Amino acid sequence: METAVFIVSALIVLAGGLGVVTSRNPVHAALSLIATLFGIAVLFLNLGAQLLAVVQVIVYTGAIVVLILFVMMLLGVDREEDLDTEPLVGQRLLAGLIGLLFLGAILAIVIVGKDAIVTGSHSVTNAISPTVSNISQIGTALFTTYVFPLEVTAGLLTIAVVGAVVLSRRPRDLEPIPEQESMTDMGDEPLTAIPEEGAH
Amino acid sequence: MVGLVWLLPALPLAGFLLLVFLGKRIGEPRSGWIGTGAVALSFLTACLVFVGLWGEPEHTYELSLFKWIPAGHFNVDIGILLDPLSMAMVLFITGIASLIHLYSIGYMHGDSRFPRFFTYLNLFVFSMLVLVLGNNLVLTFLGWEGVGACSYFLIAFWFEKEENASAGKKAFITNRVGDWGFMIAIFMTFFAFGTVTYTQFLPMAPGLAQTTATFIALMLFVGAIGKSAQIPLFIWLPDAMAGPTPVSALIHAATMVTAGVYLLVRVNPIIAASASWIPWMIAIVGCATAFLAATIALAQQDIKKVLAYSTVSQLGYMFLAIGVGGYSAAIFHMITHAFFKALLFLGAGSVIHGMRDEQDMRRMGALRKLMPVTAVTFIIGWLAIAGVPPFSGFWSKDDILAYALHKSPILYVVGLITALLTAFYMSRLVFRVFYGDARWGESAEGELANLNAHTATDAVEADDHADTHDDDHAHAGHGAVHPHESKWPMLVPLIVLAFFAAVAGVLNLPFTEHLEFLNRWLEPVVGENQAHLSLGGVQLTVELLISTTIALLGIFAAYMVYLKKKIDPRRIELPFFANGWYIDQGITAFMGGIGRKGFELIAMFDKVVIDGAVNGVGRATRGGASRLRAIENGYVRWYALMIGVGAVLIVAFVMTQVSF
Amino acid sequence: MGSNLSLAYLMLSAILFVIGGVGVLIRRNPLVMIMCVELMLNAVNLSFVTFGKMLDDISGQIIVFFVMVVAAAEVVVGLALIVAMARRRPGATADDLRTLRG
Repeated sequence: METAVFIVSALIVLAGGLGVVTSRNPVHAALSLIATLFGIAVLFLNLGAQLLAVVQVIVYTGAIVVLILFVMMLLGVDREEDLDTEPLVGQRLLAGLIGLLFLGAILAIVIVGKDAIVTGSHSVTNAISPTVSNISQIGTALFTTYVFPLEVTAGLLTIAVVGAVVLSRRPRDLEPIPEQESMTDMGDEPLTAIPEEGAH
Repeated sequence: MVGLVWLLPALPLAGFLLLVFLGKRIGEPRSGWIGTGAVALSFLTACLVFVGLWGEPEHTYELSLFKWIPAGHFNVDIGILLDPLSMAMVLFITGIASLIHLYSIGYMHGDSRFPRFFTYLNLFVFSMLVLVLGNNLVLTFLGWEGVGACSYFLIAFWFEKEENASAGKKAFITNRVGDWGFMIAIFMTFFAFGTVTYTQFLPMAPGLAQTTATFIALMLFVGAIGKSAQIPLFIWLPDAMAGPTPVSALIHAATMVTAGVYLLVRVNPIIAASASWIPWMIAIVGCATAFLAATIALAQQDIKKVLAYSTVSQLGYMFLAIGVGGYSAAIFHMITHAFFKALLFLGAGSVIHGMRDEQDMRRMGALRKLMPVTAVTFIIGWLAIAGVPPFSGFWSKDDILAYALHKSPILYVVGLITALLTAFYMSRLVFRVFYGDARWGESAEGELANLNAHTATDAVEADDHADTHDDDHAHAGHGAVHPHESKWPMLVPLIVLAFFAAVAGVLNLPFTEHLEFLNRWLEPVVGENQAHLSLGGVQLTVELLISTTIALLGIFAAYMVYLKKKIDPRRIELPFFANGWYIDQGITAFMGGIGRKGFELIAMFDKVVIDGAVNGVGRATRGGASRLRAIENGYVRWYALMIGVGAVLIVAFVMTQVSF
Repeated sequence: MGSNLSLAYLMLSAILFVIGGVGVLIRRNPLVMIMCVELMLNAVNLSFVTFGKMLDDISGQIIVFFVMVVAAAEVVVGLALIVAMARRRPGATADDLRTLRG
């Protein structure tokens, strides 16, 4: 049963991921992202992380993706993107190569190493308990062992909110920046020469 | 009460911070009162702490405030060492500093940078207290540099005049030579003991190898002669008189220049552990400086220059005392000297103030009647420094001479000759300034430019001090100089200092052990290494009589020369003395001649090798950069790709390291 | 659950991570790039939970919490940047930001 759920969810996740990367229309990409995130939520359930699955749905699909869609609509950037041209010569080739190399390396490690890749020791204090519910176990850990990082995240979120407000405030002297004339010309002018003799 | 000791430096620091940020807004009279108040409170704290210190074992109290530099085995705390020595220093430093702050309110009145002056003064007091209270060499060095910097700021306080600015630079650079020695000594101390905290390394000093101890003592001595203006590094002190007179009194007479003496007394176990030529060298340098400076002081015409050379000379006495093992005598003389020399400088400042910034003694005279308070207090200071009993200078100088005789008769004789010269040149100063004919009527008239501003602010300031406020300023329009007595903020310190200059001798009267309060008080610090004198009644009486005779002889000689005019002064005021034995000129000639050649060689080396290396690095960087900048193309995706490349490389590296 | 399935989770996580990474590298629309970053973060989250499962440790799930918080903060700031950029220059892509190059 678990294997069946995994296979179905994994297919959804991968399809969604490919969809994000290949959709011309950003709205389609966002919808694909939702599919992926749902798939991962199911996988979380499969792994016994019920709370995370719920949070994944609420926070990611419910908040983050909706926020992204919101911005898209607000700015009207939902027009289709031309994916056929690539101004950076060799970027796609290299990106694909790097991606394949990376993937190949990780997969090789996983396949060759099997279970031995997990080198940590089994936990004593934070072991997953079969009797205590997942949510209360996470809550206990968060507010005992991890209480300081938890407080720090509060600070991080506050800073992020303040930063977002400051960044998106409409400046008074808003002027569109003129379109750059050439995308490839680097327009390099020589550095100003360093004086050869110091001022002695 | 002794726990309040951290307030001692904290109060001047608070005053400094307040003034540095708000000084301009607070304005003229009030910023002065804030500065004075901070130091006066510090003095009151010192008195409280002094009372508390009586209850401590061995009169010693150490307080570590916090770790400053914890680096492996090298640990430096911000800590306070309060022992009899630092207590004595703190009491007279804060006491005299409070008086001089008060005096400065009057003296600096009308100056455009009035608040800044008090900012510097407070910073100076803070640094000085750090210097004497620090419980380790590094903290002392911090204070040492702090007072050096304040000294530089204050000498060049009126930096609009070229010579003031260069006097500041001269002091700074000369001190640098000494600071170099001090720093080497700190390194050496850490190397030898593994610690720089006094209470940790001083008890270990007797077990130190003699060569190491000699080297440390020598380097500390180099530091001390820089700060305390001994041969050959005394040349900066006379020039330092370019600063305002309260600065000369506080920094260049009473407190900062005694830092070298303090340092050597503090490390007395190291001097004791070093080779026997170290104390001899200290004694000889001190004695020679005392004599040399006294001869120069004979022929100076500037009232402050005389006092400056006199300070150098008296500091020489203190070094002599250290060299002959009379540590308590050195501190005793330091304290009495602080009183009478501060008094003399402040009196001189009062005269200069009354004479409208005239410093040349040739244009003074007969001021006794016009400036009665200044004259009376100045005369007390004069009798004290000249060594007339029962004033304080007599006792402290005699104490030193007794120790000198104990070590070597030659040192004693040179000390006595110096005492004679001291009595002579100080009498000359007093007779020329306060007695004789009034020569100030014929003074230059073109120096009134800055006095108009003076008068204007005076009019605004005509407040409740009006009764003592002299209205001679109103006559500024006449052009002639009308000497006048100063206002009460300047007179009160004079009177207080005159009292102490007169009676401070009771601190350490040599008649019985009971009366040697200072000796017994300093016993925990210097007791083991102090030379022991056992003066019989007869010997003591003879020595006191000799000293008295010498002092009176000097005064009588000056009386004959300058009041009775039996001898032409020019036969005594030789140009050789007036030019300070041509030492400054000698240095200039050397630096302009052989020295310059050497420097040119070094400059050449600098240009070819150092600059070559620097420019070469620059050129190489430019060349490499012009090729490398192609990859910095501004595409964020490109940068992300490079991160990816890095990630792949790291994974590849990990794969070569692991084995399953 | 057998360990083979755990390894399958890890492989899935790796594939998803690489998909996201390649997406960041080849897409020019900043919004899509942010979404790709989210893909990568989720891939990592998945591997964390799997590792936690393999080691029988709740900390694997805890750290996912923190990753989510960071992701939320990142999205907020990233979107604010996109809004600010689009105000000045509607329709700008990530490549156009190279005008900021010094």
